[in-house]
Amino acid sequence: MTDTTDAGRSTGASPVPDRPRLRMATAWLGGCSGCHMSFLDLDEWLFDLADRADIVFGPLADIKEFPADVDLTLVEGAVTNTDNLELAQAIRANTRVVVSFGDCAVTGNITALRNGMGAPDAMLQRVYVEHPDLAGVLPTEVVPELLPTAQPLHELITVDVYLPGCPPSAQRIRTALIALLDAMAAGEPLPRQWRAPEDLTFGN
Amino acid sequence: MNLTPPRPSGPRPNVPVILDGEEVMAFDGESILDLARRLGTPIPTLCYLDGLSVHGGCRLCVVEVNGDSRLPLACATPVTSEMEIRTDTSSLRDHRRRVVELLFAEGNHVCASCVSSGACELQDLAADSNVDHIHYALEFPRIDVDASHPKYVLDRERCVLCTRCVRVCDEVEGAHVWDIAQRGNRSTLVAELGKPWGEASSCTWCGKCVLVCPTGALSFKGRSTGEMRHDPDIVAFLASARDEGEWIDREEPSP
Amino acid sequence: MAGPIDLDHVTSLEREARSRYSHRALVCSSTACLSAGASGVRATLESDLEASDRSGDVQVVASGCPGLCSRGPLVRVESRGREPTLYEHVDETAASTIAQQHLIEDQDRAEVSVIEPSLPFYAKQVKVVLRNAGLIDPDRLEDYVAAGGYRALSTALRTMTPAQVIDEVDASGLRGRGGAGYPTARKWRLLHDAVADPGQPKYVIANGDEGDPGAYMDRTIMDSDPHRVLEGLSLAAYATGASKGYLYVRAEYPLAIERLERAIRSAKRAKLLGRNVLGSDFALDVEIRVGAGAFVCGEETALMASIEGRRGLPELRPPYPTERGLWQQPTMINNVETLANIPAIIGDGAAAFAAIGTPESRGTKVFALAGSLENTGLIEVPMGISLREIVFDMGGGIPDGRTFKAAQTGGPSGGCIPERFLDSPVDYEHLQELGSMMGSGGLVVMDDSVSMPEVARFYMEFCRDESCGKCAPCRVGTVKMFDFLDRICRGDGRPRDLWHLESLCKTVRATSLCGLGQSAPNPVFSTLDHFREEYVELLREESLAAPAPDGVVDRGSLPTWGDDA
Ligand SMILES: Cc1cc2nc3c(=O)[nH]c(=O)nc-3n(C[C@H](O)[C@H](O)[C@H](O)COP(=O)(O)O)c2cc1C
Ligand code: SF4
Ligand code: SF4
Ligand code: SF4
Ligand code: SF4
Ligand code: FES
Ligand code: FES
Repeated sequence: MTDTTDAGRSTGASPVPDRPRLRMATAWLGGCSGCHMSFLDLDEWLFDLADRADIVFGPLADIKEFPADVDLTLVEGAVTNTDNLELAQAIRANTRVVVSFGDCAVTGNITALRNGMGAPDAMLQRVYVEHPDLAGVLPTEVVPELLPTAQPLHELITVDVYLPGCPPSAQRIRTALIALLDAMAAGEPLPRQWRAPEDLTFGN
Repeated sequence: MNLTPPRPSGPRPNVPVILDGEEVMAFDGESILDLARRLGTPIPTLCYLDGLSVHGGCRLCVVEVNGDSRLPLACATPVTSEMEIRTDTSSLRDHRRRVVELLFAEGNHVCASCVSSGACELQDLAADSNVDHIHYALEFPRIDVDASHPKYVLDRERCVLCTRCVRVCDEVEGAHVWDIAQRGNRSTLVAELGKPWGEASSCTWCGKCVLVCPTGALSFKGRSTGEMRHDPDIVAFLASARDEGEWIDREEPSP
Repeated sequence: MAGPIDLDHVTSLEREARSRYSHRALVCSSTACLSAGASGVRATLESDLEASDRSGDVQVVASGCPGLCSRGPLVRVESRGREPTLYEHVDETAASTIAQQHLIEDQDRAEVSVIEPSLPFYAKQVKVVLRNAGLIDPDRLEDYVAAGGYRALSTALRTMTPAQVIDEVDASGLRGRGGAGYPTARKWRLLHDAVADPGQPKYVIANGDEGDPGAYMDRTIMDSDPHRVLEGLSLAAYATGASKGYLYVRAEYPLAIERLERAIRSAKRAKLLGRNVLGSDFALDVEIRVGAGAFVCGEETALMASIEGRRGLPELRPPYPTERGLWQQPTMINNVETLANIPAIIGDGAAAFAAIGTPESRGTKVFALAGSLENTGLIEVPMGISLREIVFDMGGGIPDGRTFKAAQTGGPSGGCIPERFLDSPVDYEHLQELGSMMGSGGLVVMDDSVSMPEVARFYMEFCRDESCGKCAPCRVGTVKMFDFLDRICRGDGRPRDLWHLESLCKTVRATSLCGLGQSAPNPVFSTLDHFREEYVELLREESLAAPAPDGVVDRGSLPTWGDDA
């Protein structure tokens, strides 16, 4: 049905007038924003996406509170500080389908490299005090408090779909989004391998 | 002491067995894995390597035989007449996927910064068993990297304890530099009872351990992300060359 | 060089010597009583007697364990023409009282608390393997011989072929006491029929590793009656054609090791071991190997690796040890309690043994009774006795006004049996049906204050710490199963955690290499079967915070040898 070989080209996910527009969000937790960059690499296809969904929250849209009644949220980054945790919980409470977007969200990845160093203090000390380029004091204001460890998103909230990659390629993002948007617009259940683990049937 | 792998005998396959519902002929004494490979049926493996003894530690090659609840290892079990073997039931797939996830949970597999990304047997196993995330809390262990050897690096964060390196160094190179120290989840690969690899005088710098490693744990020094290519098949070549006394040219892998 | 021991002569000398004493005071000198001060008790008895003029009339003996260890130190006094008396909680003051009133003044009883023989703890026991425990001095071969010891070996060597010995064991219905209950004669036959390489011996091994937490059945058998184990091992070797035997004992059992060593020395001197045993052609050389206390070294292939001086890692089976075992030669491993049954089977005949127990599970089983009970200690009961009799009659019920909740058998490989199955017979089949197993004989009784998820977590922690690490599902799976249990017990578990715990349990059971991993999920399965609601009550919808890094596994520094605790 759609050409999935080249991320940039316009595809068959064209707007269907009588289909309801979906409310979509993206969120940036403890990650490098590379996944969002890859999302932007979708180029013109973003216009196709805009035909089908409104972006109601995200680093690309200047809105402070996570809105209610969101159909789909792509979450980039690990949960590494208190702000991340609050946002993750708000996302879960207000989103139908939460996508763990990119390796930091899926595994902790680079953000979680600090976990092996033990308590966060050790890392802060290393980065802010021992590091020769910086002022030599620990940050106290503005920055949110670090959680004991950085964790993959699904350790803290229930996740519906996983989209790994560091970053996931634009093509992979597009393939996933098309399948998700099609399924959601048609009111179909999510593709089988994407359902939450509770619904999978395991043998034995 | 590890087992020597089952070996086929006889000029032609004459043992009737049922493999995934089809009647096929196996060589007498051939392992289930060899039979399946010969017939193009994939069975996932990690610790097994042609040319080395059988370790039986990864447990990924489990198969169902005669509907028994005991799951024999394809790599260690010789085929016997009338066996009814299933290699791909839904419960086998579930077991394998969980074991692969456990291997990820145990180490620090940051593929984004790994020399072997894109050519890693663990990654391939994950893809083949539909692992898109790890259901189990990741361990995030603290493990040393050993970069003391002039030519090679051991990154223990990526070691899956398959003991291929231990076996190739002992059984093929005859040096026995490596072994596993500690037990349980503290098991660690060590050179010469715990020396830095660079100080291990028994190492001949042959590089075989690096070539057989299925992951990014052992690599050539100086490789960057995604640049490492292993060549585990070299062992089967060396073993047959040694046994047959024939050192025919072998195609080199593309770099 | 002296000839072989004349068993009847030694017995009559021993009887004669004993008849010269009017009292025989046996001070339990087994592990529990020793740590409760039994040495001081014995010294007091001896010095008080020394100071009187009666010391020539009283024999003071350091004996093995009579079983009710929670009431130790125990002192048993046998007086000529009277029923024996068993004194409990004997400290040095009580010892002086016993010495003065019972031994010196020859009163019927000293004014010291006694255990009546009618106490159900004792009255319900049937003693086969423990029949000498607490009644003889384990350090004296003569004591064992006078109690009928080595008659079975002598009879077998003189009048039975090896095949006949195996047939007798077969007729007795004896099954392995090491956990799985494999028919003993079947294993013996396999070794009997196996052929070693030319010039190489076949091996028999007594498995005294006993790694289950809280279990001490085998320890007591070894330190209270070491010659019984040697005789059982000799009979096994004779029946199977083995000429080399090992006793594998964990290092935590120094007393058992010391007593076994002494027993081997005296048995060699008496030509009960070595070449031409009792003048026959049968030869057996026995050595002790001390294990460094890893649970997995009780697994037979790991045990053999350990004896050979390699890392104690389990190996793939087949080949089974009876085909290829120690140093590639045919080998048979039997549990210590299994072997301790053999002298009775050959000595008294298979029929007498088979008369005890149930048709599928013959004979007796020794249990280490522990937990919330009035009486704890070591008991030997006929197979098929009900759990209720063990808990409420022998154990004396639950103290402190609490009620019975569950009984755990089989240790880290077993399960919990809830109240409604209290009347089930205790034998291999029934325990397995209830999702538990006989195991080696730990029996822990839990009252209503115990949380079952925490019980499961306790055993999983044990398995996690004892996993050898060779195979992935057990090495990592036990860690993750523990994590789920820990999270649930802390009240931070989510519904999906329970689901993942169960599915992981299935995978670890199905795919692990050895029995440790295969059975590690059992306590989880059994507590989920019988007490699922306790898990569900602890669950919450979402986790609240990221875990703290205190659980970080540190594999950072290279291992320092010797600290692999
Ligand atoms: C992890 C593990 C630990 C074991 N520990 C013991 C032990 O401490 N003592 C024992 O007799 N058997 C133990 N076994 C069972 C032995 O492997 C073996 O089956 C037994 O000694 C055979 O003796 P039996 O036939 O007399 O029961 C263990 C098995 C496993 C898998
Ligand atoms: S070893 Fe393989 S799975 Fe592990 S980080 Fe490297 S590429 Fe990823
Ligand atoms: S380089 Fe060769 S000798 Fe050295 S550790 Fe590796 S396999 Fe052994
Ligand atoms: S270093 Fe590589 S080959 Fe060696 S045990 Fe680890 S994963 Fe296997
Ligand atoms: S099941 Fe556990 S103890 Fe047994 S071999 Fe595997 S890791 Fe070792
Ligand atoms: S490949 Fe067979 S157990 Fe690892
Ligand atoms: S140790 Fe003395 S009664 Fe058990």
